[in-house]
Amino acid sequence: MTTASLSLYEKRKGVYPKAVDGFYRRLKWAVMAVTLAIYWITPWLRWDRGPYAPDQAVLIDLAHRRFYMFAIEIWPHEFYYVAGLLVMAGVGLFLVTSAVGRAWCGYACPQTVWTDLYQHVERLIDGDRNAQIRLDKAPWTAGKIARRVAKWSVWLVIAFGTGGAWIFYFADAPTLQHQFWSGTAASVAYATVAVLTATTFILGGFMREQVCIYMCPWPRIQTAMLDEKSLVVTYKHWRGERRGSLKKAQAAPTEFGDCIDCDQCVAVCPTGIDIRQGPQIGCITCALCIDACDKVMRQVGRPRGLIDYCTEDDANAEKAGRAPRPVIRSLLHVRTLVYLTLWSAVGAAMLFALGTRTRMDISAQQDRNPVAMRLSDGTIRNAFTVKLRNMESRPRPMRVTVEGLAGVSLWTDRDGRADARTAIDTVVPPDSVAKLRLFLAAPAHGPQRQDFAFTVRATDREGGADHEPAHFERLQ
Amino acid sequence: MADPTKSKIDQPTGTPTMGHEWDGIEELDTPLPRWWLWTFYACILFSLGYVIAYPAWPLIEGYTKGALGWSSRGDLAKAMATQAAKVAPIHRAIAATPIDQLPAKPALMQAAVDGGRAAFKVHCVQCHGSGAAGSKGYPNLNDDDWLWGGDLATIEKTIVDGIRNPDHAETRLSIMPAFGRDQLLQAAQVNDVVAHVRTISGQQKGDAASQRGAQLFADNCAVCHGPAGKGNRQLGAPNLTDGIWLYGGDGDSLHQTVWNSRQGVMPRWGDRLDAATVRMLAAYVHSLGGGEAAPVMAVDNVAGEASDARP
Repeated sequence: MTTASLSLYEKRKGVYPKAVDGFYRRLKWAVMAVTLAIYWITPWLRWDRGPYAPDQAVLIDLAHRRFYMFAIEIWPHEFYYVAGLLVMAGVGLFLVTSAVGRAWCGYACPQTVWTDLYQHVERLIDGDRNAQIRLDKAPWTAGKIARRVAKWSVWLVIAFGTGGAWIFYFADAPTLQHQFWSGTAASVAYATVAVLTATTFILGGFMREQVCIYMCPWPRIQTAMLDEKSLVVTYKHWRGERRGSLKKAQAAPTEFGDCIDCDQCVAVCPTGIDIRQGPQIGCITCALCIDACDKVMRQVGRPRGLIDYCTEDDANAEKAGRAPRPVIRSLLHVRTLVYLTLWSAVGAAMLFALGTRTRMDISAQQDRNPVAMRLSDGTIRNAFTVKLRNMESRPRPMRVTVEGLAGVSLWTDRDGRADARTAIDTVVPPDSVAKLRLFLAAPAHGPQRQDFAFTVRATDREGGADHEPAHFERLQ
Repeated sequence: MADPTKSKIDQPTGTPTMGHEWDGIEELDTPLPRWWLWTFYACILFSLGYVIAYPAWPLIEGYTKGALGWSSRGDLAKAMATQAAKVAPIHRAIAATPIDQLPAKPALMQAAVDGGRAAFKVHCVQCHGSGAAGSKGYPNLNDDDWLWGGDLATIEKTIVDGIRNPDHAETRLSIMPAFGRDQLLQAAQVNDVVAHVRTISGQQKGDAASQRGAQLFADNCAVCHGPAGKGNRQLGAPNLTDGIWLYGGDGDSLHQTVWNSRQGVMPRWGDRLDAATVRMLAAYVHSLGGGEAAPVMAVDNVAGEASDARP
């Protein structure tokens, strides 16, 4: 302790997690396969949207300000869907934490998944834990250099694949890939790939658990969110203590608990902690120590679960010799149900809004300078900038009329008042907003500020309409 | 850094404390990770490079310029030059297209209107107002009442040659006599003419004064304003029967107008602006809602007739 207190800065302690097999390790394999597959395959899925829209299933088209996700197309004015998704993601994290503790950290977090992948590469090239420790301490011989170069190269390839896949979410993937290799892609694409390759390489290869412990805010938030009903990886000290080797335990069976102090739980831990010290911020609940301990317990003929997922309530019950509550009871406690309700409500509201949203829209902005002016025949003219939004991926004929304003005539800046009429017909191009400058002339007698409404009707077979309230203002 | 001899060890974490305490709360002296120190050094190195490369230190008169020679003004100049280079071909195309052919090229016409809107804000708003709504003595360019004509070519000529520039042969020129001041009419006669004008513009009912004024109008005013007072664009004579008055349509204003005459002036912009800018201004003014189609042939165009109320 004295030496530690003399140093302002602490060198990173090497973490060399040992390979392990078991239920949770296989679960982690499965989650890794699914999440990586989603990440790498998604941009290449196609989705037919007709001739006027891109055919990429998931596309964040920043240049044209559209977000496509299979059958859903989001426009910038519908950003509240994205806000809703973020709310769902946030509440979803709370929900998962409340139900199964830090499962996100242990299984699905990209930092965990890529670190896991990098560690497998490390084992393939450097060997398992002991070989890695030896190699780290070894002098820089040709063999060590060769292994380092090999490992870092594979890491770099994975990092490049990771950074490279990211950009395909923002442009047509096959086109961009061709542009990327032929050197004609936008410079922002190369910069993005370079930055993400570097961060993946550094965070997955070298920073690893340091990210979880020092950089990520989520473990700190989790600390506040966990309670006595949260599933955490627990070393059952009342069963394990006092620790002792198998030999000692055989010599004096009554003095020793189940833990044979083999340190396998520490050896397999990807964040390098000792779970037997109790819950701590470094524990991402990946449960690999459970796999390791279960294997040892099986070998020494003791029941599994010396280290296990367990809530504090269950731990106390087990300590006192009571039967733990069934898992379903701990999963369905009030806080979880409240989060679930909240999460489902946001999801249902978004689905409802998506199902009932209109695919056409009119908005009108009145000229404020001048608001109203007299024409030579004594009538009063107001001017509006009217925007017609066509969210279908085909051109649509639309007719704009004015309701609630007697004796009004309309014309646009493309024709003159000589062509004034009572309805303006136009064709709005697919997937776009058409802008019309409309001039409205109405008799001078009437209220100084008169409410009326613009109406747009699609004049094709499908029809549809939208209204926009507005005011007609007269001179005093 | 706490003195290690004084610091205590926090039992649950095994970490030394800072040695001070507030209401029983102590601060752990957790060492920072070593890589954090490296990033700190990296930031210092970066800042050194930045100070060398970019403007950094204020001096008594000026500042260190930096090795790259970057400046925000230079950035702006570059951006302006890029923009100028971008619009140069559009300006050339507009300058090369006669204005009556602009509407046939919608993209060019739109570019002209947009460019005109910007140029209007620089050169025209001082008199015509930022919304081109004018004010007393300065015409409202949004409406459909034109002294000289509201088609594109006519608007362009008005802008190019200006109004009442005595040193310019091509200028728009209409000189109404100061009937009262120059004693062409007596004060009572001026009142009668005003009564007549207010009658034909529908602002008051005919009476004895307006009937006397009708004869005076026919003798003195009809030569320019037309027998019915509907004006004449060839002469720049305003229509006196419509709802729009440049100097006011009330009795006092009209009396002033007839007595002293009104002679507003606009500079000839052809001397000050290039052809493309003038053309863009004309397109913008035409787009404000009162623009007219080019006349098919020179007819005695009577303002107001084209804008008869429609259903």
